[in-house]
Amino acid sequence: MKIFASIYQWLDDRLALGRLYDQSIGHRIPASASSWFYVFGSATLACLAIQLVTGTCLALVYVPSPEFAYASIEYLDYTQPFGWLLRGLHFWGSNFMVALVTIHMIQVFLFGAYKYPRELTWVVGSTLFLCVIAMAFTGQGLRFDQDGYWGLEIVMSILGRIPFVGMEATHLVQGSPIISGATLSRFFTIHVFVVPAVIISLLVIHIRLVLLMGISEYPVAGKKIDPETYREDYEKLVERTGERLMPEGGGKDLVFTALILTAIVTCAVVIGPKIPNGPADPSLIHTVPRPDFYFLSLFAVFALMPPYMESFSIVYLLPLSIVILFAVPFISRGQERHWSKRPGAIITVVLVMTSLVILAYEGLTSPWSPHMNAWSGVPIQPQFVQGRTPLEHVGATIVQGKQCRNCHSIDGTGGKRGPDLSGVATRLTYNQLVRQVLQGDGNMPAFGRHLSPYEVTALVSFLHTLHPENEPPSQNSAPEPAPPISTDPY
Amino acid sequence: MAEEHDHEHEPLPEGVPPVTRRGLLFNLGLGANVVAASMIGIPIIGYVFSAVFKEKAQQAWIPLGRIEQFPEGQTRLATYTNPFRRPWDGFVADIPCWVRHIENDNFQIFAINCAHLGCPVRWFPQSGLFMCPCHGGVYYEDGSRASGPPPRGLYEYEYRIRNGHLEVRGGETPNLSESV
Ligand code: FES
Repeated sequence: MKIFASIYQWLDDRLALGRLYDQSIGHRIPASASSWFYVFGSATLACLAIQLVTGTCLALVYVPSPEFAYASIEYLDYTQPFGWLLRGLHFWGSNFMVALVTIHMIQVFLFGAYKYPRELTWVVGSTLFLCVIAMAFTGQGLRFDQDGYWGLEIVMSILGRIPFVGMEATHLVQGSPIISGATLSRFFTIHVFVVPAVIISLLVIHIRLVLLMGISEYPVAGKKIDPETYREDYEKLVERTGERLMPEGGGKDLVFTALILTAIVTCAVVIGPKIPNGPADPSLIHTVPRPDFYFLSLFAVFALMPPYMESFSIVYLLPLSIVILFAVPFISRGQERHWSKRPGAIITVVLVMTSLVILAYEGLTSPWSPHMNAWSGVPIQPQFVQGRTPLEHVGATIVQGKQCRNCHSIDGTGGKRGPDLSGVATRLTYNQLVRQVLQGDGNMPAFGRHLSPYEVTALVSFLHTLHPENEPPSQNSAPEPAPPISTDPY
Repeated sequence: MAEEHDHEHEPLPEGVPPVTRRGLLFNLGLGANVVAASMIGIPIIGYVFSAVFKEKAQQAWIPLGRIEQFPEGQTRLATYTNPFRRPWDGFVADIPCWVRHIENDNFQIFAINCAHLGCPVRWFPQSGLFMCPCHGGVYYEDGSRASGPPPRGLYEYEYRIRNGHLEVRGGETPNLSESV
């Protein structure tokens, strides 16, 4: 025992370990800061540790070349001992990290902890948040599977909309005028060297700021921040109620972190890593790219936005929202910290989070995407063809054969891009149907050039029968002109 | 010591900082490091940004196949090799495009990428339409926009015919900033 004591003393003499402890994990925090709401930052840090360790190990096997990326992931999954587990830990670690860093931000926002004197801590933290998102994005690109490849194409198209330098920006990011091995190498370098280096540097600043400014005391409704006296009051508070972060104040952090780590391991073992969906091969175009969950809402925004707004939003609104994120402590300068006195903050969080969740759900179901195989693969229910004339049967065949079902469902099956056709006859008259089919409108292409007059008649006669039994098809108020092909035998 | 001695004899005019040996050496050292850093930094910038400078390969004519492979009146998927191919690129160097043979020497070669956000469009000969699986953009057989979010028709590549071979200028993925 004595030997350990003297080794410690020797080290302490050189490294000033005692002072280091006093100034870091042993520094004094207000007792009220030891709260179950204050555990998300340290849990995010634990995720970062997992990501650094598992990421370094994965890089021992992964090959960042289009030819071998997929094979090396398969090797990790099936051959390398514990490779599947490490991939699972890295994948779930990233999911948890994105979630925890978001919760951490929401907590800081709702508790007004970004206010004086901690504005810079928020700004640095927001940059760290963007870095985490960048890691998530570049990481999913490294799988370099079909989704990864076309995900890159989508991002490059977004970059291409930047005015004047769009093409140069895409070439810079792609490393080449066409997505290729150079692109994968860039993403690898960014994911493995550049962003981690930025994260570690910013984290040092973030933690230094936390230590210098102190962990914010639990907000009390009605207690105002006065920049004149705040620091003095804080020091007095720490003196009065303070305790050391470790071991007194940090017990909750430790328990929560352990829970999170266990959850990550459980997910990695039970659900496992994300399996890549086939090696990237641009000539296999029968693919419907979907991003990982953190980008589903952004994906949905681009699908739902009216086309005239798209370029504007990409070029201005996206950067503007980032600027607003950074500017939070400078915009919201009220002296009140407690959420019960800041309804605006609560409304902001509720609005942003509900929008994100709804958009992510929409992104997951993507009702705007046509079902590319519905025309050949989805059946038509008997009640829609029973008792119809031969002409109407031909029309039903045309609905399938001309890919109408890719965008239009009948009785709920088929694409959701256009309206369901089950009751279309109650909405459009015979003549309106003809016009819609021939000329298209808005979101529907014109089929005039690819349908003979006979086919149009057959198709529209069929569509005209699609109405509920007790609801007649819609009629012109004026008498309809005779249909182009007479059903009268004479 | 020597410097102090000088100052005592010839006081400098107000506002002009004295030039000392130490100061001179510091400034000299700083300047030399700036020069050295730019000798290292400029090539690095050139290395990283070389992707931006237009390369000759971008204008190259790339063989797509014999004309007979593209029957008149049909639209077919073809692939060509990325002119920037690196030896470890694998499948990713096979760039797809749609070739529409109108008649005789008249072709249209469309980029696979939807003009909206770059998803791969699919050709449906039955309805004579290109459809995009992502957000339902639709184009007519001549590539013009039919409906949906795309702000324009499909991108077209330049082509030429040499000795019965179709060649395409496809050395760059088109996007909205600079349309082919
Ligand atoms: S990418 Fe084709 S419609 Fe959006």
